[in-house]
Amino acid sequence: MAGDVILEVSNLRKEFEGRAAVEDLSFRLHRGEILGLLGVNGAGKTTAMNMILGLISPTSGSIRAFGMPMPGRRTAILRRANFCSAYAALPSNLLVHQNLTVFGLIYGVKDRRRRIDSLLELLEIGHLRDRVTGQLSSGESTRVNLCKALLNRPELLMLDEPTASLDPDIADKVRTTLRQVQREEGIGMLYTSHNMRDIEEICDRVIFIHHGKVLAEGTPADVVARSKHESLEEMFIELARATRRSE
Amino acid sequence: MNTVIPGLVLRYVLLYTRNAVRLIELIFWPAVDLMVWGFLTMYLQQNTSGQFPQFITFLIGAMIFWDVLFRAQQGLAISFLEDVWTRNLLNVFVAPVRPVDYIAATAIVGLLRVAVTVLVLMLLAWGAYAFRLWDFQVLLIPFFANLLVFGWSLGMVSVSLILRWGQAAESLAWAVPFLIQPVSAVFYPVSVLPPWLQPVAMALPSTHVFEGMRAVLAGNPLPHGELLAACGLNVVYLAAASVLFAITLQSARERGLLVKIATH
Repeated sequence: MAGDVILEVSNLRKEFEGRAAVEDLSFRLHRGEILGLLGVNGAGKTTAMNMILGLISPTSGSIRAFGMPMPGRRTAILRRANFCSAYAALPSNLLVHQNLTVFGLIYGVKDRRRRIDSLLELLEIGHLRDRVTGQLSSGESTRVNLCKALLNRPELLMLDEPTASLDPDIADKVRTTLRQVQREEGIGMLYTSHNMRDIEEICDRVIFIHHGKVLAEGTPADVVARSKHESLEEMFIELARATRRSE
Repeated sequence: MNTVIPGLVLRYVLLYTRNAVRLIELIFWPAVDLMVWGFLTMYLQQNTSGQFPQFITFLIGAMIFWDVLFRAQQGLAISFLEDVWTRNLLNVFVAPVRPVDYIAATAIVGLLRVAVTVLVLMLLAWGAYAFRLWDFQVLLIPFFANLLVFGWSLGMVSVSLILRWGQAAESLAWAVPFLIQPVSAVFYPVSVLPPWLQPVAMALPSTHVFEGMRAVLAGNPLPHGELLAACGLNVVYLAAASVLFAITLQSARERGLLVKIATH
């Protein structure tokens, strides 16, 4: 991998009431790389991402971003990172540009107005600038959330199912835009999704997590080639069904 | 320059100014309280042959002072709940916002809420009952400040309770100040309380504030003893509330409760 390591997760473990949600998870993310975290519901991918974001404290193991420990240097790390999730919203009664201005201030973005306008144009939603956030469609909301996530020119971007509930056309536009900013700005991205097409199209490397453990790791093509499956989607469906049968 | 706190304050101000219901709520309930207490005291005065000439002054003063405490507490508690209700808590907690930034921003919002409410109440009390709070302003300002600080401490306790028990504890955001109201001697002197309850009352900064307020409104000199007691107790309560908030936040991170509340 060409870029330097911006995120290093070592032997990460999280237990909730004695039950392991994440077990011995280790990986590295390089600058300019898109790494997919895959797994069925409850596999531990969102818990892992939440630990990297400092929202959940690990039971054991370590997280280092930009060479700094999380949570010890939480604020310094988060200043250089950002996050977009299908499960986090922006206040619905504020206008789009008001929401983005607020987060521009929180992230200390210089020349906020120009940055906001250029991101709105990049995501083809310049016309939504003065619209009430709560009146946007889910596709429009997702793109506004992505604007928020790109405001501070993050070096590390964490995306939790960013294309969930989007129609194929908008999902494709979002993927294309993410690829574009990743190429132009060299952002390292950690990406979770249930949409295997998303993952195959956008990720340089994937980690398949099952019951909190790493099941497979490599490029999407490598992971499929090493399994007995035809595609990531087939692998995913079989795992999901096996999980449901065992529950 | 740190723009985190201005960013958070702007967010809460926009949330209020873009929602007419929230703005009305800031004024409506205090105005209703003022009317009820004002007319009640007028009635008492008319039927007690002028035995209690300072009823209006004491009760309306107490009502306005109580609102300082309540609004300051609400500034913290409701601002936190706003983030929960708008599913924005996750975005705030994954941003470079330190707990102290968050508390400072919500405390400033509390101060703004207090300023709006007190200004409206002062004008209403002047118009309806010829009660001029500003006649006492220099002497009352230290007591105002103490109530504000105690309100912030209670706000931190309320947020800690919500962090610990989630939205099930939402009603506590409103209830916490009222738990201490009976023993804070808001509308009556501490001497009215049963002897066994008086030490409890004296352990609260709010009690000393209301005792001091009555002394000032009665035309007595500034009661330095009450003021010092309120300041000293406030330091203790603010420190204890900060420690409680820090411990609860850490515990919420360990138990995954922060994410649970944020994505509920």
